[in-house]
Amino acid sequence: MALLKIHEPGETPLPHEDERQIAVGIDLGTTNSVVAISNSEKPEVLRDKSGGNAIVPSVVYYGDDTPLVGEAARDQINTDASRVVSSVKRLMGRGIEDVKTIAGTLPYHVEVPEKSETENGEPMMVRLNVGNRVLTPVEVSADILRALRARAEESLDQPVEKAVITVPAYFDDGARTATKDAAKLAGIEVLRLVNEPTAAALAYGLDNGAEGLYAVYDLGGGTFDISLLKMQKGVFQVKATGGDAALGGDDFDHAIAEHLLAARKDGGATDDLDASDAKRLLKAARTVKESLTDQDSVDVTVALNGTETKHSITRDQFDAMIAKLVARTATITEQVLDDADVLAEDVKGVVLVGGSTRVPAVRKAVADLFEQEPLSDIDPDEVVALGAALQAEALTGGSDNLLLDVTPLSLGLETMGGIVEKVIDRNTPIPVSKAQEFTTYQDGQSAMMIHVVQGEREMVDQCRSLARFALTGIPSMAAGAARIRVQFNVDADGLLTVSAREETTGTEQEVAVKPTYGINESDMANMLRDSMVHAREDMEMRVLTEARVEARRNILAVNAAMEADRALLTKEDEANINQAIANLETAMAGEDRDAINDAAEALENASRPFAEARMDSRIRQALAGQNVDEVN
Amino acid sequence: MSNTEQSAHKVCWSCKGPVAASALFCETCNAIQAPGQLDHFTRFGLDHSFDVDVDAMEATYLKQQQMLHPDRFASKSGREQALSSQQAASLNEAFETLKNPVARAHYMLRQAGHEPEGGEGHTVNDPELLMEAMEMREALDDAADKTTIDAMIKDTRKQARACEKELGTAFDRKSYDAAKKLATRLRYLVKMTEEARAKKSRLAAA
Repeated sequence: MALLKIHEPGETPLPHEDERQIAVGIDLGTTNSVVAISNSEKPEVLRDKSGGNAIVPSVVYYGDDTPLVGEAARDQINTDASRVVSSVKRLMGRGIEDVKTIAGTLPYHVEVPEKSETENGEPMMVRLNVGNRVLTPVEVSADILRALRARAEESLDQPVEKAVITVPAYFDDGARTATKDAAKLAGIEVLRLVNEPTAAALAYGLDNGAEGLYAVYDLGGGTFDISLLKMQKGVFQVKATGGDAALGGDDFDHAIAEHLLAARKDGGATDDLDASDAKRLLKAARTVKESLTDQDSVDVTVALNGTETKHSITRDQFDAMIAKLVARTATITEQVLDDADVLAEDVKGVVLVGGSTRVPAVRKAVADLFEQEPLSDIDPDEVVALGAALQAEALTGGSDNLLLDVTPLSLGLETMGGIVEKVIDRNTPIPVSKAQEFTTYQDGQSAMMIHVVQGEREMVDQCRSLARFALTGIPSMAAGAARIRVQFNVDADGLLTVSAREETTGTEQEVAVKPTYGINESDMANMLRDSMVHAREDMEMRVLTEARVEARRNILAVNAAMEADRALLTKEDEANINQAIANLETAMAGEDRDAINDAAEALENASRPFAEARMDSRIRQALAGQNVDEVN
Repeated sequence: MSNTEQSAHKVCWSCKGPVAASALFCETCNAIQAPGQLDHFTRFGLDHSFDVDVDAMEATYLKQQQMLHPDRFASKSGREQALSSQQAASLNEAFETLKNPVARAHYMLRQAGHEPEGGEGHTVNDPELLMEAMEMREALDDAADKTTIDAMIKDTRKQARACEKELGTAFDRKSYDAAKKLATRLRYLVKMTEEARAKKSRLAAA
């Protein structure tokens, strides 16, 4: 039998300890993913059952049963390649138009719908044909996240429902939204999306007590990011960031694969590759790349279409194949240095992140660029997840450290003639809120189309379209008389919300820039229904938790007020308030959200006379300091 | 004491008691408050002067961001999270405005009731400056190597520094017409520096 707990008002015990759930850090990578946990600022990666590998390959196999994720899925490439999906991160938040340009480099079939836009003029989301299923990149990512969540729960032996998930700093709004949607599908509440380089800096900074300006050079499987951070006591401030969301180690593999195919062609072989051949060839290319990290030359045998060829590739050859790609990272890096208005020599240290930074030619390029040897004492495959875990701990348990990040790309609106009017410049600290005023250009114009774009170019068609919506119901006015205020809000996750308002009448429309590249709400609801049995309970639990958090705040606030102005508190009010607090605490210990809200309202009513007395007293004090003349 | 003393109080949304209109947190219950119409300089405890010690201001900015950033409110109620986001955004806006000399000059001009040049319907009307800008642009178009462009960047930055100094004097003397012209010149100089840098990276990439 439970003992009766007695406690002072204000020292409310947590009704359910399980509300203080642990949160993990997840690096959801193009090639590999890692999950980590931090306790007392000591982060560690979570390994598989046998205590072996921390890395989970971001590969999913869609057989007849539940999807397989990781090594097990990658093993299927040799036997059942057409049902294996890898590098899906490259498609996150991508529209059909984007994918056409990179489709040749993808090892699976991308379904191209007849139309590339929905009825609302929004670009259609990419879907993949895998075996007999049609999947969105969001669903595939959700499967990877489910596997990571399962690993964490097994390793920690308790439920894990909260996480900090990292994204490339250069991810646009669509890709960020898609990542958040994938987490939702996997039953994970995202505490914060953190940029990968920022997470890496956190892991390094806390480890080494670094102070000063640091560069994080992050070359992963499919994305390149370069960020400059100023680290000082407890604050990690991103000064500038840049990158390419479609440049990474995968491209190195492709360069080798193309080299091998060309060599075979020179030898007389005619290769007509299907998806399975391509996947096997890329797997071989990847092995070559990895071997060339330690060896000067490597031999490889390629067996395709019944012909077997032997090849030898030297490191010099490989360096030449990827020279252009590496040079591109150098150019982007210089641009970022310019953006931050610093010189390479001002940079105190360079942190390497991502498996592709193991490539010697990449290391040399970075060393040349910054004229110093880069830091790599934390495993470049694990450092991002470790930083994410630290941030997850900071968000749930409190911390003295703070990450201040920026928007990676400029945000703007289409104006007359397809020209982009920038509203928020790139590298602006977030959260940010900015407004711009526009007007109508025709007499009696009753609606205005708001087209939100992201990118650095001046013309709309060279930027990424994020959303379109119409502000309707503008009253009839002469051209140029209406005042339409368009407000952009970017939150701490880097997600954008846009609202438009006609100032003279208050007509207002708002969109979260969501449905365009992510999944729209009804699709999301369907998927949740299909894939998550507990979706509804989860939702109810969340609402219940929120009610408890709010109730607890309410009690603390009233107690603080009673403490501060006890003299103004009548015996009767005090008794009423204490009774209401006790009732609310009882309700909080239960599971009934409505009961909590009712009890919270009762507390508000009980404390109203006291609150009014406090306000009156303050106004009297203010008046007492004035001359009678002034009051009159 | 004036009447502002009375209106400078509002009701705290959390404990329902009185709270100063400009307070970031309620002194009684410690709840975060909505951002008021706080002047950017006041926010950082600075005088209304164009000469801003950016490093000192940044230290204040970081201290305030430590208290207000949404990461500090991740386990708080939805309302507190939203308020923190608004507060952090207002703080960022104030910092970004005062950190950037052109934005700072424009902000000070608007505060004094003068619309800066170059905005909507305010064309630049300074033949001398337009001529200078045109010459700079031609020189940049002609520049074909890194050394020449580097020299140009150095020169425009030096001129920008001098321009900022003059702006400080103009604001001190409340010579807003002069400040308006100088702000426009500074904007051109900054833009030229950016364009020169862009050309430099284009050259490097080619």
